[in-house]
Amino acid sequence: MTRREAGYFVLVAAAFAVLACLPFAGQSYLLTLGVGIAMYTVLATSWALFSGPTHYISLATAAFYGIGAYVVAGGIGTLPYPALLALAGVAGAVAAALVGLATLRLSGVYFVIFTLGLAELIRQIVTWVQNNFTGSRGMYVLTDITEQGIYWQLLALAAAVYLIGWQVARSRLGFALRIIGNDEVVAAHVGIHSAAAKLALFVVCGVFAAMVGAIMAPRFTYIEPSIVFTPELSFQVVIMALLGGAHRLWGPLVGVIPFTILWELIAARFPGQTILLLGIAFLLIVYLIPNGVVGRIESALRATGRKTSHA
Amino acid sequence: MDILITGLLLGATYSLIAMGLNLQYGVARIMNLANGEMLVAGAFAAFWVYTAQSANPFAAALFVVPGAFVLNWLIYRYLLRPLVRRAKNRGMLEVDTILATFGMSFAFVGIMLLAFGGGYFTYSYLAEPFPIFGSPFGLNRVVASLIAAVICGLLYVWIHGTRTGMAIRAVAVDPAAAGLVAIDVPRMSALSFALGGAVTAAGGIVLSTFLTMDASVGVVFTMKALIIVIMGGVGDVRGTIIASLILGLAETAVATLVDPGMTLAAAYLLFVLVLLFRPQGLFGRRAS
Amino acid sequence: MRRRTALRLAAAAAVSSAFSIGTALGADPIRIGAVAPKTGPLAAGAAITHWPNVQLWAHQVNERGGLRMKDGSRRKVEIIEYDDRTNPGETIKAVERLATQDKVDFILAPYSTGLNVAAAPVYAKHGYPQITATSITDKIPELTKRYSSIFFALGSTTALAGSVADILSKLRAEKKIGNRVAMVNVADAFGIELAEVARPVLKKAGFEIVYDRSYPLGTQDLSPIVKGAKAANPDAFVAWSYPPDTFALTEQAKIENLDVKAFYTAVATAFPAYGGKFGKSVNGHLGAGGVNPDTPEMKAYFAAHQKVTGKPADFWASAVTYATLQVLEQSIEAVGTDRKAVTEHIKKGTFQTVMGPWRFSNQSIDKFWTVGQWQDGVFYGVASTGLSGAKPVITKTGW
Repeated sequence: MTRREAGYFVLVAAAFAVLACLPFAGQSYLLTLGVGIAMYTVLATSWALFSGPTHYISLATAAFYGIGAYVVAGGIGTLPYPALLALAGVAGAVAAALVGLATLRLSGVYFVIFTLGLAELIRQIVTWVQNNFTGSRGMYVLTDITEQGIYWQLLALAAAVYLIGWQVARSRLGFALRIIGNDEVVAAHVGIHSAAAKLALFVVCGVFAAMVGAIMAPRFTYIEPSIVFTPELSFQVVIMALLGGAHRLWGPLVGVIPFTILWELIAARFPGQTILLLGIAFLLIVYLIPNGVVGRIESALRATGRKTSHA
Repeated sequence: MDILITGLLLGATYSLIAMGLNLQYGVARIMNLANGEMLVAGAFAAFWVYTAQSANPFAAALFVVPGAFVLNWLIYRYLLRPLVRRAKNRGMLEVDTILATFGMSFAFVGIMLLAFGGGYFTYSYLAEPFPIFGSPFGLNRVVASLIAAVICGLLYVWIHGTRTGMAIRAVAVDPAAAGLVAIDVPRMSALSFALGGAVTAAGGIVLSTFLTMDASVGVVFTMKALIIVIMGGVGDVRGTIIASLILGLAETAVATLVDPGMTLAAAYLLFVLVLLFRPQGLFGRRAS
Repeated sequence: MRRRTALRLAAAAAVSSAFSIGTALGADPIRIGAVAPKTGPLAAGAAITHWPNVQLWAHQVNERGGLRMKDGSRRKVEIIEYDDRTNPGETIKAVERLATQDKVDFILAPYSTGLNVAAAPVYAKHGYPQITATSITDKIPELTKRYSSIFFALGSTTALAGSVADILSKLRAEKKIGNRVAMVNVADAFGIELAEVARPVLKKAGFEIVYDRSYPLGTQDLSPIVKGAKAANPDAFVAWSYPPDTFALTEQAKIENLDVKAFYTAVATAFPAYGGKFGKSVNGHLGAGGVNPDTPEMKAYFAAHQKVTGKPADFWASAVTYATLQVLEQSIEAVGTDRKAVTEHIKKGTFQTVMGPWRFSNQSIDKFWTVGQWQDGVFYGVASTGLSGAKPVITKTGW
C-alpha cells in the first residue's frame, strides 16, 4: 500500500467513525434520513461494482432485497438474528448465481428486461409458497432492534462494500473487468474468462442487496411481498449510481446524497404533486448529467489541468 | 377447448398491450417504460366518454388515437431525439431511454392523478355472455379480441405492403444502412414512435371495457408488453402476435391445470427458455 | 441589538400578544398531520375511504369555528398532508417529519394494515396516539401490548372470516343453500390470511370446500378461476379478494352465470362503484364490512360526505374512519392537546360517533361490522360482533 493509499484509508475510516456518531446527535429525523442514505449507498455502490465495469444495467436489486427481507421475516423467532443475516447473504448469493448463469449470456437490453421482471417473478414465487405452505406466518417482524442498530449495521455493510470494491480494483479480477468493460472480444482473446468474472461480481451485488433487505426487514414490521419487491427500488438505485458515476468507487455515494435530499425536499414541500415532480427531476438528471456527477467533476478537473484522483 | 379459446382471447388482449411498444422499441429503438401510462390514459378517456358523455366508449378513439399520435410525435421529437443524438452506441441509448422514460412514466402518473384522482375506474360495457362452442365468454372480451386482430392485421398489411412500411422495416433492421439508401431515419423513427403510442392508447380504450384501472396500474402493462416484445423478437409484428398468443395460452393452461398462482412464473419461465435457445426472440434477427 | 431592531421586536411582541389575549378572535390552529397513499397500489382505496373523510372532518370542524377547548376558546384544525406512495419507508419518513420537523400536535393514522404497522414504532417513539381505522389483523393483542398508543377499530381477520361461515351456516340451516363452498383468494397477505383462517372454520361448520384456489394480485384473466369454480357445482362462492379482482370476479361470474345462492367478495364490495357498475345484479351480494345506514347519525354523515367532498362514502371503512376522527376531536375537547392525556383519555373514555357509542377495550373496538349485503341498492350490515341494526340475510337470485 502506498503512502497515498494509506492516507485515503485513514481518511475514510475517520469519516465512518464520524458518521457512526450520528445517532448521538439526538435528531431522530436526521437519523431516519441517515438510514435511507446508508441503505442506498450500500445498494448503489454494490450495484456499481457489477454494472460499472460490465455496463450491464441490472434491475434485480429489488429481487435480492426482497429475498433478504423474507429470510428474516420467515426465520425470526426461530433462528437468532445474526444467523438470519448470514443466511440472507447466502440466499442472495445463490439467487444471483442462478440468475447470472441463466442470463449473463444475454445481450444488454434482454438482461435489463429480465432483471426487471425478476422481482415480479420472485414475488410471485414467494407469494405462492406463502399461500400454499407457510400461510400467513413470516409476515410480522416484531423485534427490539432500534433504528440506531439498523443504521450501524448499514454503516458496517457500507464499509464492507468499500473494502471489497477497493480490493477488487487492485486485484486481477479488477484488471480483467476493466478489459472486459472496454472490449469483450479483446478480453476473450487474452484468455480472460469474462463470464466467470461477471458472475462473481453479480453474486457480490446480490449478497449485499439481500443483506440490506434483511437489515431493513425489522424496520417495516409487517412484510408483504408488494412492499419489498418494488421495481421502484431497483430504478432508484440505478439512477443514483448513474447520477454519481458508476465507474468510480465513491461515485454512487456522490449520487445518493443529493438524490435522497432532493426526494425528501420534494416529498416534504409538494405533497400533492410528489410523483409528478419526482418524474421531472428524474428527467432533468438524465438530460443534464449524462456522465454522472463524477464525470462532470473529473472533466472539470481535467480542464483545469489538475491530476484526477483514483479511488 | 375452453382453455384454447380463453387462452386465445387473453392472447389477443396481450397483443394490444404489446404492439405499440414493439413499434417504439423495434424501430425507434426507444425502450419506452411509459408505455403502460399511455395505455391507461386511453382507458381513462374511454371511461370519461362512457360515463360523462353516456356514449359508446369506442367513440373515444376518435380523439384519442390522433391525440396520442401527436403527443408521442412531440415526445419523440423534443424529449427523446436529443438522447438519440448524444448516444455513442446502442447500449448507451438504451440506458438513457430507459431512465428517461421511467421518469416520464412518473410524470404521466402524476398528471393523470391531478386530472382524474386516485380512484378506481371501471364500467360495464358489453358484459354479457357470448357463447362459443357452447361455453359462455364475455362479449366485451370477444369484441376486444376482434378489434385486436383487426388492428394487428392492418398494421401487418401496412408494414409489409406499403413503401413507408418498408422504410420502417429497413430502419428496424439497420438504421445506419437505411440512412444510406435515402430513408429519412429520424422521420421514420418519429413516425413509428407516434404510431406505437397511438396503437397503445387505442389498446387502452379496448381494455377499459373489461378491466378495472387506476392511475398507478400502468407499470403492470408495461412489464407484460416488454416480455412479449422481447420474446417475439423485436421489430417484427408477426413475432408480437405469436408471442402474445403463446403467452395467453400458456397462462390459461397453467391457471386451469396447475395453479393460478403460477401464471407469472410460467410466463417468465417461457421468457427465459425462449431467450436461452433463441436469444433474438422468436422472429427477431441476431443483434448486429 | 440595534435600537431599530429592538423596537421592531417589541412592536411585534405587542401585536402578537394582542392577538393571543383575545381568545374570542381564535387562537392558533391545532396542527394535525395526515399521511396516506395518493399514488401507488393502494391510492385508489385511500381516495375512496381515507382522504375524503379527512377533508370532511376538517371542513366540518372549522365551519363550526373550531374545536371547543376546555377553557372555552375555539381552535381550528390545520391538516398537513403527505403522500406516502404506498411505500412503508415513505410512511415512516413522513411520520418522522411530521413529528420532528413540522412538530404537529397530532398525526392521523395511515391507511391499510401494512402501512399502519410499519409506522407504529415511530408513533410510539414520539408519543403520538395512533387511532387506526383501516387495519385488520389477528395480532391486535400483540400489537397493543407493544405499542401503548395504538388503537384498532375495524376488527380482526378471524372475526371477518368467522362471520362469513356463520352466515353460510344460517342459510344452510334455513335450507336455502347446501353444503358445497367454492373458495378463492388473492395471493397477497390479506387474502392469504383470510383463507387460512376460513378453511378450518368452514370445515368445522360442516361445509365441503369443493374448489380452493388462489390467484396472484393483478391477474387480468380470472375466467379460468370462475369456470373452475362453476364446474365444481358449488352452493356458495366465497372470494377473499381485493378491489380489482372483486370487480373482475363479479363480472366474470355474471358472464358465466354462476348459479349460487350466496356470493361473497371481500374488499371493495362496500364501494359505491361496485353497486354502480353491476346495478341490479349485485342484489344479494355479500362482502366485508357493511353499515347500518338508518340511524340519524349515519344519514347525516352520508349526506354531509356527498355534499362536502362530492363523492359518496363507502359502506364500510368510511364511517369507521370518520368515527376515529370524532374520537380524536372529542378527546382533544375533553383534555386538551397534551398527547399523553389524549391517549389515556381514548383508552378509558366513551365517545359518541356515527358508528354509535364507542368504548375501546384494550385499545380496540370490539363491536364492528363483519359482513354486509347489497339489498335494494344499499350495502347493509348483516353480521357483526354485537352491533344492532343487522338486516336479515337474503339469498341471491340469479343475475
